[in-house]
Formats: sequence, structure tokens, C-alpha cells
Amino acid sequence: MPLTVDIIKRLQGFTLNVSLTAEAGVTALLGASGSGKSMTLRCIAGVEKPDEGRIVLDGRVLYDSGEKIDLPPQERRVGYLFQRYALFPNMTVLQNIDAGLSRERDARIKQAKRESLISRFRLDGLEQRYPRELSGGQMQRVALCRMLAAEPEAILLDEPFAALDSHLRWQLEGEVKQTFSEFSGVALLVSHDRGEVYRMSQRVCVLNDGASEPVLGTAELFDHPRTLQAALITGCKNCVPAEILSQGVIHVPDWNARLACAQAADGAITHTGIRAHYILPCAAEVENALYCRVVEAADDVFSRVLTLLPAGGTGTIRVELSRAAGERFTSGGEGWFCLPKEHIMLLRETHER
Amino acid sequence: MQEIWDILKSLDYSPLWISLKTGLVATVLCFFLGIWAARRVMRMGKRAKAFTDGLLTLPMVLPPTVAGFFLLLIFSLRRPIGSFLYQELSIKVVQTWLGCILAASVIAFPLMYRNARAAFEQVDIELIYAGRTLGMSERAIFWRVVLPSAGPGVVSGTILTFARALGEYGATSMLAGNIAGKTGTISQRIAMVIQNGDYLTAGLWVLIILLISFGIVVLMNLFADSKMKNIKKW
Repeated sequence: MPLTVDIIKRLQGFTLNVSLTAEAGVTALLGASGSGKSMTLRCIAGVEKPDEGRIVLDGRVLYDSGEKIDLPPQERRVGYLFQRYALFPNMTVLQNIDAGLSRERDARIKQAKRESLISRFRLDGLEQRYPRELSGGQMQRVALCRMLAAEPEAILLDEPFAALDSHLRWQLEGEVKQTFSEFSGVALLVSHDRGEVYRMSQRVCVLNDGASEPVLGTAELFDHPRTLQAALITGCKNCVPAEILSQGVIHVPDWNARLACAQAADGAITHTGIRAHYILPCAAEVENALYCRVVEAADDVFSRVLTLLPAGGTGTIRVELSRAAGERFTSGGEGWFCLPKEHIMLLRETHER
Repeated sequence: MQEIWDILKSLDYSPLWISLKTGLVATVLCFFLGIWAARRVMRMGKRAKAFTDGLLTLPMVLPPTVAGFFLLLIFSLRRPIGSFLYQELSIKVVQTWLGCILAASVIAFPLMYRNARAAFEQVDIELIYAGRTLGMSERAIFWRVVLPSAGPGVVSGTILTFARALGEYGATSMLAGNIAGKTGTISQRIAMVIQNGDYLTAGLWVLIILLISFGIVVLMNLFADSKMKNIKKW
């Protein structure tokens, strides 16, 4: 039961142009803040209207500008988990859940559904509380419960963990993952956090300045991002212009380097990138070894971060070593560092549509 | 002291009841109309909104006598609409209690409308979106989500509307006149007894309406404060 979205919405300052197909399972929408992720979800849920395009869920047309179809959100059967949960503050937990059950007319069935939802989300004993009397985790459980009470065919989660402390985040991620695993339809997860996306989703669609890139498997995207933007958003800290010299060899002017790479390159490559934790100190004769000066060395929480300037280069390289491996490097020091060829990514400036 | 007591005992209290009745009915009318108008105006485009809002707010900024003039223009028995209403439907507005209600409603309406709109515009839109995606009907969303959330603003609008309708003078005197026991409101009675030089009776009526109005505003403040606990002093 796929969800197909192909929409254009013109907003002040930028245009949202999203084209993606999400199969059952979790698909993440990954992008920087302001890249149009939330607006995409809102258009799918029907609370915002695209300027043109088509949205189809499991063969059901939710929106089609050509055929003038625009189902109201009430008829779309698309659940939405809001960033701050949007629980109704004037209603108790039970009334909030009932709001999701408002389509159900039969009182007995309603009661049965209510009971099973409450026990499934461990809300027993909290029924008469108001949202302001709940902890962050309880609020999220109520919001998930209320969303699923409406029996949606697709669920949309808008940065569900953005407002949380990191220790709480882990706990709640488990909660949401559990919900995902019990849900048979399409789930879209909006996030700007690459770790969250990696842990929770099977597929990713990168959104860059309103434009979507093709949907990729999550592991594939993180291992082999194809565009500069995808590399940056998945956390690659070393991305510089590069050109292909011959098959398997690139020239990187900023680093004054000629590097071997394992990935097959097509002609349109404009940049290369390598993740900071793949770069290691090495001996001089190793392939892709660069002689660098340590411009800066600083301790992060669990790692040592070095900023290197390759000999004859103009651009720096960021390296993250373990504390133990990195402690012998201090700023002003020099040494050989290797950029393993299997970790060199070949990137294009943007995805051509 | 004895003199005041005597006056109080022999006072014709009909203006008090007429004012209270008028205020109450006008408030109920304005409550529904104001909320309805606020919703309609919110959905309008920029220009239509500016124009309509201006029109609906006019009664608040114009002298009430101007409103009275227009009301007379419509409902006077010598005018087409007024004579039609009287002859075909036996509805008489001029010189009747209905005129009191109409005049008070027109003057007090902007207070309800503006307060309701301001309150609605502050409702967290995500709550409304949530209601829609959950399948709640628009009507249910309005009554069960929007109104409770906009509650304090709507309540203060309602109370102000009542207070304003209670004391209306200008338009009322033109449209409904000052017929004792029928259209004679407190504010009109004060003007009348002053003209007769009876300052003591006027003063007593002033005291009565002062107490009611002040009581209403204080009540409203207490209510609003209890609803908004997180207000900061600065």
C-alpha cells in the first residue's frame, strides 16, 4: 500500500517540489530546518493545500489538482503526530483519545477500542489527567494512542523527538519504534537528525531547499550519498570540490591531493567527501596518505577532533579519532593521515530532476 | 439619610429591569452574531477583511447618535422597511423594547466581535489541525477545541458587551425613546431626572449603574487572571 506524492507548493522565498513514493514501513524525510519537510507532511494530511500535483494513498486519490480532487483531512485517514503533540489542553487523556475515536458510532465497539488502546500504550490510571499533568513521555504516548485510535492508513511523524532531552529521547524512540513495528501501513518520519533517521527508518528521502531527491535505502544513503547535499545532511564533515582524472583516480585541489577511489565514477562528479571518523594516522607509504599539519586539536565528549591542513593545500580536513589514538596529536604537530579509498564518496552538486 | 431611604423606597425600579433585560438579550444576540462574524472575517482575503472589519467596528468608534440615525432611517414607520415590517408582519421597532434591544446590540456588537476574533486568532493552529486529522467534524472542533481554548477572550468580550449594552444611551434614546416602564433605561432615566433638576435621584441611579458596571469589570478581571496564570509582571 504505497503513498505517492508529487506536489508543488510555492511559498514565500522558496518552492516546495516533492516527488516521492513511500512503501509500507518507515520512510524518513531528512532535511535541514526550513527545507519544507513539515509542509510536505501537512500537504499529505490535507491541512495545507499544494498549488498543484497529486497525492495517492493505496490507490485512493487524496489530492489531484488536475481533477480538482481535494479530500478534507477528516476523510484522508492519515494520522499526524505533531512536534509538540498538540494534545487538547482542555480535555483529559480519555477525552483526547475519544477525539480520535469520533468516527466510531457504536458505543460498545468504542469502549472496547478505548480499553485496548489504553492498555497498549500503558495509560491505565492516567485517564482523568490533563495534558499539563503528564510527563513528556506520557504525553507522547497519549499522542500516539490518539493518532492510532482514528485507525489511519498512513501515519506522519513531525520531528517527534526534537523538543526532548537526549536521555529521554532514547526511551521515546523505543516507544515510537514499537508503534512503527505494529503498524502495517506507510509511515513517514520527518527529521533533521541523521542518527534518528538511521536508527528508525528503512528508506530516506533527502529534502534540500524544497526539492526532494530520489528515495534510497537508509544504509545505502549513509554509505553512498550521491549528492553533496545528501552527504552534508548525513553528517559528512569533509566535502570539497573534486575532478575525475581517470577511472578510480580523482584530483582534489583544496587538499593538493590525488586520491584513489573504489567507487565507479560517472562524468558528472563535482565534489568528493569522506567522513571524519574514517581518516586515520598511518605510515608514509600507504595508499591515499597525505602529509598534514595539525592546525587545531580539541577534545570532544568521547573523541579527539583534529583539524588538518594537507601540505600544499588550502582546505582543512576534519578528523575524529578515539581519545587514546588522538592524544599524541597536538596543534602544530605533523604526520601522515590516510583517506581509505573505499570510504571516498563521489558526489554531484545537486540531483538533476 | 432618611431622605435617601425614602427615595429608594418610592423609586420606580422599572429602568433597572429594562436595562438588565435589554443588556441580557443584546448580549445573547451579540454573542452568537459576534462569534459568527469573527469566523467569517477570519477566513476572508486581506482586502475584504480590512473592509468588513472596518464596517463591523464602526458602531464602536462613531457617536451612538449616528448609529441611531441609521437605525431610524431603516426602521422609522415613515420609511419603506419600517412600514413594511409594521404593516405586513406587525413588527414595530421604533418606540418599543425591541428598539432598545436593537440599539444596544448594534452598539455593543463590535466589542464581542473584536474580542472573539482576537481570541480565535491566538488559538494554536496545530490543535485545529490535530482535530481535523483525527476525523473530528469542523463543528466539533469549533465547540470542543477552539472555543475552550479561546475561552478567556470570548468571556471577557461577552462581559464587556453586556456592560456596554447595559449603559447604552444615544442610539436607544433615538430609536426606542424614553417611555417609562417600556423603553426607559437607567441611562435615559438619569438624563431625564437631571433635566428636572433632581440631582439626588439622578445620583442614586448613577450609584446603581456604577456598582453594576464596576462589579462586572472586577469580576471579569478576576476570571481572566485565574485563567492566565503564566502572565509576567513587568
